[in-house]
Amino acid sequence: MTRRLLMGSEAICEGAIAAGVRFYAGYPITPATEVAEFMSARMPQVGGSYVQMEDEMGSFAAAMGASCAGVKAMTASSGPGLALMQEEIGHAIAGEIPVVLVNVGRHGPGIGNATGSAQMEVMQAKYGPNGDCPMIALSPSTIEEAFWLTVKCVNLAERYRTPTILLTEGLLALQRSVVDLPDYGKVETWERPRPEGAPSEYANPYMATSLTAVPPMGDFGTGYRSIFRTGGIQPQHGAKMTRFEAQHFSTTRLNQKVEAHRDELALTEALQTEDADVLYVAFGTQFHPARAAMQMARAKGIKAGVLRLITIWPFPDKAIRQAAQHAKLAVVPEMNLGQLRGLVTQALAGSGIRIDGVNHVNSLTITPQEILAKTEDMLR
Amino acid sequence: MSTVIATQAVAKPNPMANLDELVEQYGRVPAEHFRYCPGCGLGMAQSALMRAFQRLQIDMSQVAGAGGSGCYSIMGHYLNMGVLHGGHGRGAAMATGMKLANPHLTVVNLQGDGDSLSIGGNHTIHAARRNIDVTVVMFNNFGYGDTGGQYGATTPKGSFTETSPYGMPEEPFDACKLMIGAGATFVARSTVYHAVHLTKVLAEAIAWKGFSFVEVMQHCHVLWGKRNGMPKATDMLNYYRDNSVFSTPNLKREEQEGKFVLGVLHKQARPEFTEEYAKIRKLAAARAGGQGLSPLNTGGAV
Ligand SMILES: Cc1ncc(C[n+]2csc(CCOP(=O)(O)OP(=O)(O)O)c2C)c(N)n1
Ligand code: SF4
Ligand SMILES: [Mg+2]
Repeated sequence: MTRRLLMGSEAICEGAIAAGVRFYAGYPITPATEVAEFMSARMPQVGGSYVQMEDEMGSFAAAMGASCAGVKAMTASSGPGLALMQEEIGHAIAGEIPVVLVNVGRHGPGIGNATGSAQMEVMQAKYGPNGDCPMIALSPSTIEEAFWLTVKCVNLAERYRTPTILLTEGLLALQRSVVDLPDYGKVETWERPRPEGAPSEYANPYMATSLTAVPPMGDFGTGYRSIFRTGGIQPQHGAKMTRFEAQHFSTTRLNQKVEAHRDELALTEALQTEDADVLYVAFGTQFHPARAAMQMARAKGIKAGVLRLITIWPFPDKAIRQAAQHAKLAVVPEMNLGQLRGLVTQALAGSGIRIDGVNHVNSLTITPQEILAKTEDMLR
Repeated sequence: MSTVIATQAVAKPNPMANLDELVEQYGRVPAEHFRYCPGCGLGMAQSALMRAFQRLQIDMSQVAGAGGSGCYSIMGHYLNMGVLHGGHGRGAAMATGMKLANPHLTVVNLQGDGDSLSIGGNHTIHAARRNIDVTVVMFNNFGYGDTGGQYGATTPKGSFTETSPYGMPEEPFDACKLMIGAGATFVARSTVYHAVHLTKVLAEAIAWKGFSFVEVMQHCHVLWGKRNGMPKATDMLNYYRDNSVFSTPNLKREEQEGKFVLGVLHKQARPEFTEEYAKIRKLAAARAGGQGLSPLNTGGAV
């Protein structure tokens, strides 16, 4: 174990290195630039590669290329850069190519306030690319957790052969805190499924036998000849299907291979929700004011609890219903105009629970007092 | 590309090599049918590419391809190599990632003129600037084949396409000049009519250490040809035959006017990117004092 004073961005890079990332491609953008800067210094030290691409499509595409060559790959961006990446994210989903994307959230739309933190890509993370896409997106609340969730994002991208997003914020990535880092050799890392039989028996990286299967992929140069394709009907193993059936099968499988693991993927942390009349649902940095508001409310005799979402996608709707069992009202504080609140409302449909939000789009963190005031207002 | 292959490039191509044998070793036969239109220049270009691989005696398990969207892109599936068939125009960026991640791979990036010069122009010129050891093979069919024959950045001025029904009002790019300007260290042009020449320049490009670019004039008689008075594949092959000149040191400007200038147009060695990056790895590792894997050893770099 090593104790260090780390910037959030550094913790993310260190998590990536510990998880085995050895390729980084990026394009500078505030507040994700520090990730690129640290990676430019760190990647060559660990035998990896850093390349600054000409734009964000290129960054993501280069990461996909590296991944197909068998190397764990990452990129990071923010705001308009993420908008540009959506095309390639969709291609990686379709082609089932592991890539980790770090989204350091900033204010938008457009250029917005480049140095202003925000949580405005809750919906984009899942619905940004065209088509029906699965998504795994995790959001840390502390710098130490940023390290571990980056490890997890890398692991999950590999295991499920799909891009994953570390959904964080300028507020976290640019802060510093003391972090205990593990011995990297002891960090648990997962690998993508790789073919084991004779190369002659390996037909393609899409030989899926069930709707939840993650088929093995042969890395370039290993003798297992892979044609990664991000379009067209994915050929299915031994299946006698019409093209329509095959298209249905492959589109469904892309989503099912993640959906089938929703329960283990949907991570949350519940604080005093067992008896909570008032439920706060928060993620990322805005967990902290929610927790403080809970303590203030409890001191006033209001039974409040917090559900912190660690996983944003697949959306932890079950955990929300569980945490809201006794709740009469729910408050969702978030640094956007209500993206998470919409999802919470959907999850609690039919429950009769009144739901409202505290929303900041001014890049100033929400205060516990505001959350408490909203609570008292709703209780009146 | 390793130097071993470069020295083998002197072997003479065998234009009569049996196509079945070639396909068996360097290609793959699709389960259903080849998706090129009958007579399309892409089939001819593919034979030349397979013959180039054969000429270099390349171990196809070490070849990785990148490609985007277009009629040409199915060619990746018909070659016996690993392929990432991804987004339209992103091929050069994907290829950059492959080669940097694993410099032992021979990386070939098949592109349409739409990929190279329009949607992926930025990726292609930057790959050239980096001089990364990737071979871009650009199929110039005077526009967008896959979407049904619209004009593109190579469509000859005045010619008719689905989106230039009154004649193309814009000037085309000279792709080779563009790539020379961008820093490509090997630039060549050939046509599918000149099959032996095409094979030769493709082999030389693949063997070249550094970024190489080959513009393949590949006819699309079905779309461009039909609208411009050359509806048969042979019309267009004759067109290439009658309108091409080989580049020689003494070729005069007037002799090039309105012609396809064929040959290796530019060749100038420069340090290759992945080799330069290998030096960076050494430097960074040395500064980290062999402690690169310990947390946050920035080795004085940050
Ligand atoms: C982002 C994006 N825009 C548009 C398209 C539609 N599209 C598919 S192929 C193509 C043109 C291909 O032209 P070219 O690269 O010259 O290849 P060709 O078909 O001529 O071989 C276009 C515009 C696409 N696939 N992706
Ligand atoms: S449309 Fe043109 S370029 Fe495309 S396959 Fe047919 S002939 Fe070839
Ligand atoms: Mg074209």
